[in-house]
Amino acid sequence: MTDTTRKTVVETAAGAAPPAPAPPPRRARVRRGVTPWLFLIAPLALLVTFTYAPVANMLAYSFTDWDGVSPELHYTGAGNYTEIFTREDLFRVFFVSGYYLAASAVQIIAALYFATILSFNVRFRNFFKGVLFFPYLINGVAIGFVFLYFFQDGGTLDSVLSLFGVRTDHAWLGTPFSANTALAGVSVWRYLGLNFVLLLGAIQSIPGELYEAAELDGANRWHQFRHIIAPGIKPVLTLTVILSISGSLSVFEIPYIMTGGATGTETFVIQTVNLAFRFGKTGLASAAAVVLLLIILLVTWIQRRLVPDDKVDLV
Amino acid sequence: MNRRHILAMVVGTALLVPACTGTGGSSQGAEAEAPDDPSKVTGTIQVLTVRTDLIQDGTLKRYAAEFNKVYPKVKVEFDGLTDYEAEVKIRMNTKNYGDVLLIPAVIKKADYPKFFASLGTQEERGKKYRFTDFTTVDGKVYGQSPVGVSPGFVYNKRIWREAGVTEWPTTPAEFLDDLKAIKAKTDAIPYYTNFAAGWTLSGWTSVNGSVHCDPKATDKLAEGDPWAKGADLRVGDTLLHDMVKQGLVEKDPTTSNWEESKARTAKGEIATQWLGTWAIVQFKDAAKKAGVNPDDIGFMPFPAQVDGKFCSVIGPDYNQGINIHSPHKEAARAWIDWFTDKSGYVEDNLAISPLKGAPLPEVMKPYEAAGVKFIEVNDAKGAQVKQIDSDSEVGINAPEYRQNLVDLARGARDGSLDDFFADLSKRWTDARKNLGS
Repeated sequence: MTDTTRKTVVETAAGAAPPAPAPPPRRARVRRGVTPWLFLIAPLALLVTFTYAPVANMLAYSFTDWDGVSPELHYTGAGNYTEIFTREDLFRVFFVSGYYLAASAVQIIAALYFATILSFNVRFRNFFKGVLFFPYLINGVAIGFVFLYFFQDGGTLDSVLSLFGVRTDHAWLGTPFSANTALAGVSVWRYLGLNFVLLLGAIQSIPGELYEAAELDGANRWHQFRHIIAPGIKPVLTLTVILSISGSLSVFEIPYIMTGGATGTETFVIQTVNLAFRFGKTGLASAAAVVLLLIILLVTWIQRRLVPDDKVDLV
Repeated sequence: MNRRHILAMVVGTALLVPACTGTGGSSQGAEAEAPDDPSKVTGTIQVLTVRTDLIQDGTLKRYAAEFNKVYPKVKVEFDGLTDYEAEVKIRMNTKNYGDVLLIPAVIKKADYPKFFASLGTQEERGKKYRFTDFTTVDGKVYGQSPVGVSPGFVYNKRIWREAGVTEWPTTPAEFLDDLKAIKAKTDAIPYYTNFAAGWTLSGWTSVNGSVHCDPKATDKLAEGDPWAKGADLRVGDTLLHDMVKQGLVEKDPTTSNWEESKARTAKGEIATQWLGTWAIVQFKDAAKKAGVNPDDIGFMPFPAQVDGKFCSVIGPDYNQGINIHSPHKEAARAWIDWFTDKSGYVEDNLAISPLKGAPLPEVMKPYEAAGVKFIEVNDAKGAQVKQIDSDSEVGINAPEYRQNLVDLARGARDGSLDDFFADLSKRWTDARKNLGS
């Protein structure tokens, strides 16, 4: 769509060739050049101070043996990176990410399902939108505590189940499988709303005439989804998948609050935090954080290669 | 490569340059001397503390008011930190970390002279105070704990009596039998692990010294293998493992709740917990709040005897130190001395006094009656132990390895107990060899 408009502009400009206006005076030109940067100062300053400067610091620390507090630190070259890549126990925690990866597949499908349904005219749709999005607004730490009570022995989950006559004696956070599944479930509950809103926005940006035209052609809901909605939301869907994968690799809040990484629920980020703050290996932990960043970049790059971001053209 | 990428790279490198410079040297070796004339000391001092509860209920303000009767020109301000270790660690990267603070565990002992002003020589302070070796570097002392604590089991006397146990168990096996009796004869949970809180499990490291009544127990950690057969930590960890394995603990440890556990112990729903003397006052308070008899809260030593006597290790709580960058070191020193010697903080907390020769608190009377031997574990090799601990990533003062132990005992983790200990031993001794000791 943008391409065609640009082309027409170019054509008219070339065809009509209006008399070129005199160039504005020098001062006005400077001002015009500077103005956008003035507007950008505040966000750029924040971005640099709170994102790029810490990242640069972290990169610098990753080449040292700093313990996080001592005034002395020594340059160790690539020593920290060698240690990370020669210790397989540091990577074993990525198996835990598998649970969250599986959960995010469920999460995306559920979000897509709800977004599609609620994009049609359903009764109470705004209420349901609110219900689905609400968990995302709650602080992650609060969610951790709430669900700790939820999974407690005789807690909310057990009481609800007993209403239906199911009396399990199951310790929900008791075994690695059960605990990780429970935690991944909490994470689905929390992030479903975000995915849902992204997808809903994408779906609603599809022009309504398309549905009307499709209906005239005798398309049912499934056809509409398959041939209008699915291709229309592809870029947002790709984005959601990327966010989910990077999210599953760097899970932190929920397991940290609820189990502290006990019972086989330790994730890569919890391990990194422990290295830095418990064992005083800030240098090694910084290197681990850099490695995580690179892994996520790599995964994203592979994904973009496999699923290229085509231009969507529904019309 | 387009312009945007070049710009990003320039910004990136520009940021890296200052970051690499790191922190330079710092002052070292300042002294905080005790003032001669209390009326002349001036200044506002900031005291960092973990006791946010005492700030909220005004207790610390009352101490400060008492302090001002002696030192009228010193103004004391308190700063309570809920996540003390993490927050203070970040503040210590600057010069602004209060005037008086609790020496955090994360600071290496060898670095004490860079962060704290010395309180005097060990030779001189050792005559009056306990625990001086915990903060001594090169003969100088850098901190003083206002209270002494001793690890032990907080238990509900009524429940233990109802189970027919009147004598303290003297061996781990006997202890397990008593817990079984509690399980059989009462409704109480015999032992509560407080698995979820984590630090409650790391407290088991304080069995070190009690088992063999050995003041040199810390040296053994630095020079030997803490999980060799018969070693203190192995004895303690085995007891914890066996309790869990034999089903003498709460049903679902992963969702245990520390705050609730206090009242539940007072009420007799929980029979026993491994904690320390510091916990007694909290449990008695919980009993009063729950409307049950606070005298039911009892305290017993680790079930091990040497020559027919129990052994109780007395150690310091957090040590108070003085910021080396503080402009009011005299005032800060005055506060530490007054708070340790005269504030009454020890009595208020039913704690053991850090002053040598002071009488034991009332709650420890049963200990005297039973002839428990009190020892202090020598901490000369404490720094080395900490270094081995960090390098090996075992974390004897962190919850992880005991959480794994409990998981192993209740079958949530594969493996045998012997392999588990062997792995710990290997990591510990390897780290020790790498350090070359």
